[in-house]
Amino acid sequence: MANVFAFAESRGGELRRVALEAVTAARTLADAFGGEVHAMVLGAPGIGRASAEQLGRHGADVVLVVEHDRLAQYNPEAAAAAAAERIRGGGYRAAVFSASAQGQDLAPRVAAKLGAGIASDVTSLSVAGDAIVARHPVNTGKVTATVRVTGTPAVVTVRQGAITAAERPKAGRVEAVAPVADPGASRVVVTGVREGSKGKLDLGEAPVIVSGGRGLKAAENFRLVEELADAFGNAAVGATRAVTDDGWRPHSDQIGQTGRLVSPNLYVAVGISGAIQHLAGMRTSKTIVAINKDKDAPIFKVADYGIVGDVFDVVPALTAAVREARKRG
Amino acid sequence: MKIAVCVKRVVEMDARFKIAADGAAVDETGMKYAMSDFDEWAVEVALQLKEKRGQGEVAVISLGPDAVQETIRKALAMGADRGVQLKVDRVPFDSLAIARALAAELRGGGYDLILFGKLAVDSSNGMTGPMVAELLGLPCVTAATKLDLQNGRGTAERALEGAVEVVEFPVPAVVTVDQGLVTQARYPALKGIMAAKKKPLEVKPAQLGEVRVTVTKMELPPERAPGRIIGEGAAAVPELVRLLQTEAKVL
Repeated sequence: MANVFAFAESRGGELRRVALEAVTAARTLADAFGGEVHAMVLGAPGIGRASAEQLGRHGADVVLVVEHDRLAQYNPEAAAAAAAERIRGGGYRAAVFSASAQGQDLAPRVAAKLGAGIASDVTSLSVAGDAIVARHPVNTGKVTATVRVTGTPAVVTVRQGAITAAERPKAGRVEAVAPVADPGASRVVVTGVREGSKGKLDLGEAPVIVSGGRGLKAAENFRLVEELADAFGNAAVGATRAVTDDGWRPHSDQIGQTGRLVSPNLYVAVGISGAIQHLAGMRTSKTIVAINKDKDAPIFKVADYGIVGDVFDVVPALTAAVREARKRG
Repeated sequence: MKIAVCVKRVVEMDARFKIAADGAAVDETGMKYAMSDFDEWAVEVALQLKEKRGQGEVAVISLGPDAVQETIRKALAMGADRGVQLKVDRVPFDSLAIARALAAELRGGGYDLILFGKLAVDSSNGMTGPMVAELLGLPCVTAATKLDLQNGRGTAERALEGAVEVVEFPVPAVVTVDQGLVTQARYPALKGIMAAKKKPLEVKPAQLGEVRVTVTKMELPPERAPGRIIGEGAAAVPELVRLLQTEAKVL
């Protein structure tokens, strides 16, 4: 029997969806080991009460609650110290984090403190003998590696959206854990978080992404892309590197080799030629639609449905048709 | 200001990949190589910081076989002052082993700032930078999209999912560079390429320690079905909507 540690990520006093994905992944491993899942959540006083029930419902036998005023924001040094101390003392076989911006910052610190092997950004994981085996996309998603981690504990970070959070009700018994060091003494301090516009979906979470490229000709024409995204109702807006380099859109919107790697249910490429650098970021989307005036554009080689035409004619027509279809649907 | 930048040599990503005969690596026959994009930006950030201050030193460190000397020379041609190769026949997949070797080289080096790319575009782990920080006991900010250093303090921004985080920290520190901090690395000028040949490049054995993470298999993901064009202009929109509803079932 061996227990598994899961780090339950929160922001602004609320659990993030990736926290439940991490607990689900930890549950899979714990079931293979015949052990328990212990999920740790850090935050300002009250975070335990706000999150324990959800964590228990998704498979946490124990919820480790670390509360402190100076944990209201992500506190990397205090979080790493608390997680490492607990993992070391608790004799866990494995520790699961999310491969989010926070998890990819935190997990390597913890693994280094523990001298543990780490498999990062994995899309699946399993137990094979004395090792933990995980799949991890490499070379911008063009190759999949199977990675084997030996030693105890093994640390993994799970790609967002790769493992669907599932309900597996367990006791979720709350255990208060004191911070290891004074969280107020951390050298790296988060002084603020600027939230994106309210209700705006993140590229990593949106079921639909509408993306624009140079074919839109000018920054203000991104309005067409935004309107189409709005018509879908569950879409985020992305962009190519050419567009973000020109300052039409922020760098955080860039999809591609050096930007976000996404795989939504539907990806609509508007005025995008399909440079390799861009394809690297979206080729794993389930369905791809491309609208481009050049019938030889490489984007049409990966598009399930292509329309050759002027984006200024096609996109408004599509926006109206999608609105109509959703109204009827 | 003394800055170290850790860089990785990677195969160029626009290649069509094949799997090697052992099934656990990419077949690198005929492949071209480059410095990982984020690492190139980290070199650019270091050079800009040095130029802004009008003095300082930029050291470039790369772990790998002798071929990484080419990558180091490129950074020297861009304007870095000296290079160090941590020699190992094959770069392991174990981020902590790499971090140990880099930390052993960086420890006691008196660096004000140690820069990494956010991740290497081949192995896509992004773990080494923060691990080095931890091993050296230094403050660390990962995936910085903005960086401002003044009077021994740093302010950085990081892109979260749907938000931006503002972070303050003291230097010396480790910072990993995301796109946005710079958008383009400089191309080496001919003069820089000539000068790079005379710049010092030390070769030392890498102290990796125990390797606990290995790749047992590499495979190509299933190919996408070839694309199809369903029509031209706005007239094709009704057919597209029908297909999205009935075939793809995404609308």
